[in-house]
Amino acid sequence: MLIKGVLLTLLSAITLSAHADSRLLGTSGVTGLEGGAGGGLTPWAVISGYSDDSEVSAGAFYTETDVQDFRLDVKGVSLSYDNRVELSAALQSFEIKGVAGDIRQEIYGLKYRISGDLVYTTMPQISAGLQYKRLLDSGVADAVGATESGTGTDIYISATSLELGALAGYHVLWNATLRATKANQMGLLGYGGDDADGYQLMPEFSALVLVRDDLALGIEYRKKPDNLSAFKEDSFRDVFIAWFPSKKVNLTLAYAQLGSIAGSDDQDGLYFSVSSWFK
Amino acid sequence: MKISIVAVSVLLASVLNINVVHASSDFYDELGGAAGVEKIVDGFISEISYDQEIFPFFKDTNVPRLREKLIEQFCMVSGGPCEYTGDSMEASHTGMNITSGEFNRVVELLQNAMIKAGTPMTARNRLIRSLAPLRPEIIER
Repeated sequence: MLIKGVLLTLLSAITLSAHADSRLLGTSGVTGLEGGAGGGLTPWAVISGYSDDSEVSAGAFYTETDVQDFRLDVKGVSLSYDNRVELSAALQSFEIKGVAGDIRQEIYGLKYRISGDLVYTTMPQISAGLQYKRLLDSGVADAVGATESGTGTDIYISATSLELGALAGYHVLWNATLRATKANQMGLLGYGGDDADGYQLMPEFSALVLVRDDLALGIEYRKKPDNLSAFKEDSFRDVFIAWFPSKKVNLTLAYAQLGSIAGSDDQDGLYFSVSSWFK
Repeated sequence: MKISIVAVSVLLASVLNINVVHASSDFYDELGGAAGVEKIVDGFISEISYDQEIFPFFKDTNVPRLREKLIEQFCMVSGGPCEYTGDSMEASHTGMNITSGEFNRVVELLQNAMIKAGTPMTARNRLIRSLAPLRPEIIER
């Protein structure tokens, strides 16, 4: 499954057409667990791909995370226009190891860059976005008392900035995202619960150092709501290495700590992601 | 042991301390001094001349003068003993309608030149950083 996903994604990277390449290497970000461009765990203000100057950029991505008791894979596509708008569609498949029947969720993302430039302006780049989530398998969500198990929408605002040469001559990037959400485990366990029902604001932070022109080392933190009395929910954290061999592909490897998920504590493990931009 | 948000905070705090102690505005020597800057500028002009997208902007340029002024500018912004005596960025770029993407391409050409000249990464980053504030005077006019 992993091999097939990776091969299909890389194959799409080889397809040649006028490739949008008007932005600097790495300014695409990587792809997150919900299909948005930015970090691995959280969307940033960056717009996917390398589009600028009225160009369209198109790409596909595949991510797999493997912890002790669960496996999550995410696959999808992303389009961007003019370094201004990003559209994404992702399918999450969450497997409880040893149990038949994955939990699947579709996530449709829209992001709009409001102001600023990631690289050049002293003000950060600021974008607002939403993630429309549709739970395809709602059995578990219903069983654990989620208020809603059909659809849910997250709304967020992100500020991201590349501070040129800020750390002894090395470029440093930081991101702060503020997300309004009701989603339990990103929506895989429905939206809202018996402990808390309404929208809550969740902060998400990332920071990285560009140790080479094509290589970033970073860290992420994402606070999550804890709406269900049945199952405790923790923050997501990771440390990652992201490699940009070209403007056509990114490979990211992370060690992720996902906390307590559906009753199993201290879930941690490896995260691997490939994003390719074939246009 | 949980990945510490203290680590994230430390990194963020260091990022916000933009005026780094290690003389980030004085990297002329790191660029290789006079010889280094000349090598970079010669390389930059060469990169431009071979680039299909960017060369058209420079086809009528007085190259020896461009070379002289670029050397002055890079020397000055890196803390070297020079004074820039050329036209303002605004004056020299108005009417060209330079796009964001075209500006990025020129940054890449400068990067290529610096890499070929053997400029250390930290010095390359510092030069880009010192030139970045000129962008609003160059693009979209």
